[in-house]
Amino acid sequence: MAQLRQLRQQIKSVKSTAKITRAQEMIATSRIVKAQQAVAASKPYADQITQALTALVSHNVGIDHPLLNEQPEDKRTAVLVITSDRGFCGGYNANVIREAESLMAALRERGREPIPYLVGNKAITWYKFRDREFAESWKGFSDRPDFASAERVGRRLTEDFLKTDAEGGVGEIHVVYTEFVSMLTQNVQVRRLIPLEITEETLEKGAVLPAYEFEPTAQAALDLLLPNYIESRIFHMMLQSAASEHAARRRAMKSATDNANDLIGVYTRQMNQVRQAAITQEISEIVGGADALADSGGE
Amino acid sequence: MATLKVGLVSPEREIWSGEAKLVVAQTIEGQLGIMPGHAPVLGVLLDGSVVKIEPADGGEPVSAMVGSGFFSIAGDEVSVLAEQAELGSEIDVELARQELQNVLSAGDDTTAERRARARLRAAGADA
Repeated sequence: MAQLRQLRQQIKSVKSTAKITRAQEMIATSRIVKAQQAVAASKPYADQITQALTALVSHNVGIDHPLLNEQPEDKRTAVLVITSDRGFCGGYNANVIREAESLMAALRERGREPIPYLVGNKAITWYKFRDREFAESWKGFSDRPDFASAERVGRRLTEDFLKTDAEGGVGEIHVVYTEFVSMLTQNVQVRRLIPLEITEETLEKGAVLPAYEFEPTAQAALDLLLPNYIESRIFHMMLQSAASEHAARRRAMKSATDNANDLIGVYTRQMNQVRQAAITQEISEIVGGADALADSGGE
Repeated sequence: MATLKVGLVSPEREIWSGEAKLVVAQTIEGQLGIMPGHAPVLGVLLDGSVVKIEPADGGEPVSAMVGSGFFSIAGDEVSVLAEQAELGSEIDVELARQELQNVLSAGDDTTAERRARARLRAAGADA
């Protein structure tokens, strides 16, 4: 009988776990939609700024800006790792961190010194637990990034890029983030953010750029556009990562709920078996007892 | 009459879009009125200024506070891109006034002060 009670207890606890994971799954599902809307809402700005920048660079041959220049003498290289604040999302963070690790190994092979910059609580605790150094970290907005956060991250990175190695600056900036392809597919991506590579390819084929005048000057426009463009790129990557985080969480929570339901099935069958065995035993005991009584009474 | 196709966008969303007959923006060097048929221009917005849009259908003029950003004019299409942008009609005047006070008492941040004043101006209040 003790086993029966134990099984009932187990079923109860698995059921409540299933309830929680099911709720998490539904929350994540609704947030994916919101995250996708945020990605779509940020698109007009991103498109316009890319177009303006392309126009600027293609009209002004030989234009010069520190953010466009390679700095081969600076060996330090920033690696921005974008993870989530919360767990419960399967391999989402592990994938990002693994990719970041292999990127850093590749950078070391090229004779560069990788400096991590972290976004999201998960990356921060991963680094702290291993007692590893990192230059800067941000958290608290991974599931719903706002532009102000992207601006903070972008400012810090461009500032460090403009410094030399000796001042604690960096010579290149890479980003590891997760691209949202579909509900089922999210890919970890590695991109070099600075120095910027602006190619004519970014423009749709056949589109003709207007011959812009610049107000006040092309250089002033570039000075403003480049940092804004970088911030907009970072914002885009954060939004993509957020959508991926929710998708990963939905999938992880769905399989957790499915597993819990399977487990409930197994336990219920076991419980029924135990109960049936107990009943059978009781009957055979009664029958045995009655037989014994009948035998003794017959004498 | 030709009209301008105007889009006012921030990184997070599109703030306003539609047809207009006049757009007034402020660059570092001064105000610029844009009407249909304007030459292509890419200009830097004054951080903390007001952009005014007069809709083509003759409706109420739209004012918006803009922060760091720029505008581009090309073939009767005007795009105003600002990292911070708020429509005047969405601004709480009381809050904005309080914010200006906070900025003033905090001292020397001119950009923040300009933004706070622009927010009030966009809402149609004195600054």
